[in-house]
Amino acid sequence: MWEGFRHFADTYLMWNEGPLIWMSDVLILLTSIGIVAVLTYFKKWKWLWDEWLTTVDHKKIGIMYLICALLMFFRGGVDALLMRTQLALPNNHFLDAEHYDQIFTTHGTIMILFMAMPFIFALFNIAVPLQIGARDVAFPYLNAISFWLFFFGALLFNISFVFGGSPDAGWTSYPPLSELAFDKGPGENFYLLGLQISGIGSIATGINFMATILKMRAPGMTLMRMPLFTWSVLAACVVIIFAFPALTVALALLLLDRIVGTHFFTILHGGNPMMFINLFWIWGHPEVYIVILPAFGVFSEVVATFARKRIFGYGSMVVALMAISVISFFVWVHHFFTMGAGADVNTFFAVATMAVGIPTGVKVFNWLFTMYRGRIRMSLPMLWTVAFVPCFAIGGATGVMLAVAPADYQYHNSYFLIAHFHQVLIGGTVFGMLAGMYYWWPKMFGFLLDERLGRWAFWFFNIGFYVCFMPQYALGFMGMQRRMYTYPADLGWGTLNFISTIGAYLMGIGFLFMVAQIIYSIRYGQRDLTGDPWDGRTLEWSLPSPVPHYNFAVIPTVEDRDYWWVLKQQGRTQELRPRPEEIQPIHMPKNSGRPFLMGVAFFVAGIGFVFNWYVLAVLGLLGVVACMVARAFEYDDEYHIPVEEVQHTEAALGRL
Amino acid sequence: MRRWRWLLLAALVLVTGCGPEYQVLHPAGPVGRTELRLIILSAILIGIVVIPVLVLLFYIVWRYRDKPDNHAPYKPEWSESKWLEVVWWGVPIVIIGILGFYTGQTTFALTKPPESDVKPLTIDVTSLDWKWLFEYPDQGIATVNYCEIPTGVPVQFVLTSDAPMNSFWVPQLGGQEYTMPGMAMRLWLQADRPGTYYGHGANFTGKGFAHMQFHVIATSQNKFDQWVARVKQTAPPLTKAGYQRLKQPSVMGRAAYSSFPKGLFNATIWAEGGRYMDGMLDMPGMSESTEPEGGAATGGTAAGAHPAGQSSASQHAAAGMKMAMGHGE
Ligand code: HEM
Ligand SMILES: [Cu+2]
Repeated sequence: MWEGFRHFADTYLMWNEGPLIWMSDVLILLTSIGIVAVLTYFKKWKWLWDEWLTTVDHKKIGIMYLICALLMFFRGGVDALLMRTQLALPNNHFLDAEHYDQIFTTHGTIMILFMAMPFIFALFNIAVPLQIGARDVAFPYLNAISFWLFFFGALLFNISFVFGGSPDAGWTSYPPLSELAFDKGPGENFYLLGLQISGIGSIATGINFMATILKMRAPGMTLMRMPLFTWSVLAACVVIIFAFPALTVALALLLLDRIVGTHFFTILHGGNPMMFINLFWIWGHPEVYIVILPAFGVFSEVVATFARKRIFGYGSMVVALMAISVISFFVWVHHFFTMGAGADVNTFFAVATMAVGIPTGVKVFNWLFTMYRGRIRMSLPMLWTVAFVPCFAIGGATGVMLAVAPADYQYHNSYFLIAHFHQVLIGGTVFGMLAGMYYWWPKMFGFLLDERLGRWAFWFFNIGFYVCFMPQYALGFMGMQRRMYTYPADLGWGTLNFISTIGAYLMGIGFLFMVAQIIYSIRYGQRDLTGDPWDGRTLEWSLPSPVPHYNFAVIPTVEDRDYWWVLKQQGRTQELRPRPEEIQPIHMPKNSGRPFLMGVAFFVAGIGFVFNWYVLAVLGLLGVVACMVARAFEYDDEYHIPVEEVQHTEAALGRL
Repeated sequence: MRRWRWLLLAALVLVTGCGPEYQVLHPAGPVGRTELRLIILSAILIGIVVIPVLVLLFYIVWRYRDKPDNHAPYKPEWSESKWLEVVWWGVPIVIIGILGFYTGQTTFALTKPPESDVKPLTIDVTSLDWKWLFEYPDQGIATVNYCEIPTGVPVQFVLTSDAPMNSFWVPQLGGQEYTMPGMAMRLWLQADRPGTYYGHGANFTGKGFAHMQFHVIATSQNKFDQWVARVKQTAPPLTKAGYQRLKQPSVMGRAAYSSFPKGLFNATIWAEGGRYMDGMLDMPGMSESTEPEGGAATGGTAAGAHPAGQSSASQHAAAGMKMAMGHGE
């Protein structure tokens, strides 16, 4: 009995690993107990289930994505600080190789798939239906499924830390290192299944929002009147739909290699590891554009709003978005110029990669000239946008440098590369998502986030960023490789690494200020009573904050780009207020617990596959099928909000 | 590149102002120098876009800030300008055109030996968990975690791996190339001046990866020959059993061997699948010992059988495979 327990604890709970794991276990246990206790004490279980777990409302799903993204940002950030602490000094022994390898793997995977992705999905959900004058997305039920697949995929990935062991083959997970021969542990399986499950959700989101944007626009909202954020989401959805299947295939084949002994990625039996690398980047490069395009969309909204001026070169902006989404499929080989492709292949992909820089550069100039002859207010969303421009200009420029294939032979896998992609991912995606979060926060919650604390967060994060990553370009030139858990003292890398670590801590402090800002603002933040705190331009600002769950009591008819701004200029804002006689019963989807249960079933199946417990895996999959069958026979999944209720709600908001 | 020369020169002075620890900026051979020149050219070209962006940003944000006493013009509806847009679509296109041209040119150039009138030296490199094995097919010796090369002689590193995929990188001599199990790849490097150059695996291979350091020691041809002779006389041989021990995951220091099992390198490649990079079997300097075990033909005859100029990489691989199989018979 005792022996059995010991065995279980050491194999699955990794108690032989020492205090770090014990502490984590205790913390997780305490947090869980705390959550359960609070929910029970305040009798909130029913509320949690009715209002959140079963919701199909895009605004609530958006909020849940946002919360998850911020939590994952925290976890990824802690990983980052652990790594930077280890690298602060040469020959350091704060972490050993095994732990360092696990941490950089989870850091990368979490930041891209479980931080950036849910963050963009949060903004998709929060803003798109409101911007195009819709009451929800095209497939609200599917939208809930997407969220829960993401959630349980992320949970599966994260749980590896305390149950079974984390993956340690890098977020790129190249075979043969990630094959069973070199990587026995369940960690790699956690990676494969966590990404697979959340990836299915991402594909569904791509389809959902593409359908929403193409089919659910309010009358008069032609494509060329759409806000640029919505355009950017459309561009991102195109990329998601074509790129994610490549990841699905790559992960599935590698999983088969690992659990049933196929040889897709071992040369010896006719497979080829280069195939995985190609498939990974056929998804992977477009993926980085999936997360940057929505950020571009946010910047376009914010710049126009806070410079109080029409966006410059709208047509060019649309063309650029679409050009980027297409070109991004023809550049993937730049991630392995050094894998022995011929000079012809390398040249083609090098030039194609540089070509992405052209539409990107055009966008930057258009943002600049949107501000030109405007009136610029430096509120928080604008602050992050203005900080984005230089950061991304440099990051994009080093991208072009990396695209020069022969030069890349020198940068590849070095800290120069690390500096590049952090600069575009942080300076681009993260700044963009934060700008978007500050911008739409009042729309989501009905109050503004505190400016003063926000500015502290901004300066710490920004200065920290440059202190952390600029030295890494130099370290690349010094020949420092990525993914080294330690380095010798005699190469002169010590000083810059130490400076870089200081920068990382400054960013950490910035994040803490952001947390403080949110907590403080929940109580003391300025309430948004007008629904239009920034003097906005697009339809979402014509609605009260927070938005009633049916969004528009009466669907507006759009006559112009920036329609809300135009109406304000012409003193016609009354036209977007519902008139009582126009209000009709509103047709809405019913809540459902099944998307959540389906997520649970996927999670169970995932655990089964991770540990080769096939009974469990089959049970989980049966659960998934059961949910799908139940859905197929569900006929009563919609209802109408009666006119009186709508009138009542609108009247209470003072809009009738 | 004539027009750029003075700019490049100025940049070079700036760049070499950085200390010697900036290895990529202090190349010791023609390959690294070519790459550095391209790095500098690309930095200058992107500067043409980035610097105006930075200047404009600071100017615009300051000039059009929202302050009551700001009298700068305010034109909320101005959002279109044909010629401005032509400028910022046009300028980047021209820049990318220039950069793309030199990129292509250099990419093709680097597939050839840096110096064509000197007989190249071939070194077969195998990345292991977590060490580097260097075999000298023509000299018959082998080393671990260091190799010596003569200066002024192009060196053809033939790369493979008997462990997860790694990447062979000696920053001061030039950029890297992957080492992959079951495949042979080629990288040309050359040192112009004597020195000890830092090298390291660049593609992550697990626990001992951080310790996969090696050195390339460049000396005069004379000293190189002496060194070879010395290794031949004093070092122990590498046996098959010895290689199996070497293959076990471990971190170790340097070692040298007076001989190694005939055909070891190719046997390693064949054991894992046997693919050769485009035209690998017909290149100069490929000698018997790089053929599969038992094969008596030299690389030269292999070249005769090799249909040159095929288009697809997989076809090449297949051709390489077939041909070498033939030698085994
Ligand atoms: C101007 C546009 C850009 C260009 C020309 C560019 C070019 C490149 C190139 C050539 C590489 C490969 C370098 C190497 O592995 O040696 C690379 C890596 C990378 N880039 Fe970019 N890039 C651009 C924008 C972006 C953006 C917008 C993002 C993300 C938001 C991004 C994220 C990444 C990431 C994550 C990697 C490295 C992945 C890894 O190896 O782990 N890049 N980029
Ligand atoms: Cu890429």
